[in-house]
Amino acid sequence: MADTTVTHIGQTQPRPAGLQGVAADWSSDQRAFKNVSWGKAMMWIFLLSDTFVFGCFLLSYMTARMSTRVPWPNPSEVFALHIGGSNIPLILIAIMTFVLISSSGTMAMAVNFGYRHDRRKTAILMLLTAALGATFVGMQAFEWTKLITEGVRPWGNPWGAAQFGSSFFMITGFHGTHVTFGVIFLIIVARKVWRGDYDTGRPGFFTSRRGRYEHVEIMGLYWHFVDLVWVFIFAFFYLW
Amino acid sequence: MAEATANGLGQHTLHGAQAHDPAVAGIAPAEVHQEHPIKLYLVVWAWLFILSACSYLVDYVGLQGYLRWSLILIFMMLKAGLIVAVFMHMAWERLALTYAIILPPILVLVFVAMMVFESDYTLLTRTVFFGAEP
Repeated sequence: MADTTVTHIGQTQPRPAGLQGVAADWSSDQRAFKNVSWGKAMMWIFLLSDTFVFGCFLLSYMTARMSTRVPWPNPSEVFALHIGGSNIPLILIAIMTFVLISSSGTMAMAVNFGYRHDRRKTAILMLLTAALGATFVGMQAFEWTKLITEGVRPWGNPWGAAQFGSSFFMITGFHGTHVTFGVIFLIIVARKVWRGDYDTGRPGFFTSRRGRYEHVEIMGLYWHFVDLVWVFIFAFFYLW
Repeated sequence: MAEATANGLGQHTLHGAQAHDPAVAGIAPAEVHQEHPIKLYLVVWAWLFILSACSYLVDYVGLQGYLRWSLILIFMMLKAGLIVAVFMHMAWERLALTYAIILPPILVLVFVAMMVFESDYTLLTRTVFFGAEP
């Protein structure tokens, strides 16, 4: 690409001293991610740090499960639902997975329509994404209720290793919190799209800066990440 | 990710870059908008459904042992790859961003290896000091 940043732009100006100099030097004349806005780059870096958070959770779960002498409860049976006279293994988790993947699909399409400045479709698809996300959280609440009434606690459960409960509540609780916050932000951004903030350049409530349709994509990055984390939780916690 | 760029969609990014001519944007480099046909998202969506169904079937059918683990991991990595590459548009970003985001999580595998040794040792000491398997 020919349009990389000009590196020597600050040479002719005097350099500020003191704290201002610290800020100026750190923010000066270089840019690593050439064609990505700072908003998108920062969201990616936030997601990277969040990856480590969930990575550590899954690691602690792995360590607890590998180091205990007590057999681990079989998730296929623990998460089975009694439907129509027979136990179907993991069915609720499977439905939750499909719901979250669908919400990712609608989000990807919302981003697409956002860049086409189709306000109506973008907002509707984002609200649909939020509704699917809320459904997911609702099903998770149902699952928690079911397990708690069956006697699962962070310090023990009726089927085996005591660490099962703490790992389960920690990992799915943290993920559910992420989904909940995602739903809230989806509704906020959808409202902005619906009102036409990104077309009229209405300043944001907190930032007082004009938004762009790229915000929909940045919001989408967060939402897809939530889906991505669920892929790993589904594989490691429920299927393993 | 190589497959995703090879299917001719990379051209879209180029169009995006031309639309944001540096002359218009001033000194700031052009920021590329991610515009791809809706069909692509629908295809990926369908694949994610298929892969999820497959990984669910692994449990439903009751496969065990190495076959189960390898299938679970393969389906997991395929799903994660599709989401990151297409839904999050990583396949069309510049390599500097891709490496900055994708490489650090891979290093977590070192941490995994450390904790595997650690938990094996813990299990050994527990077995030695608290008796045989219950």
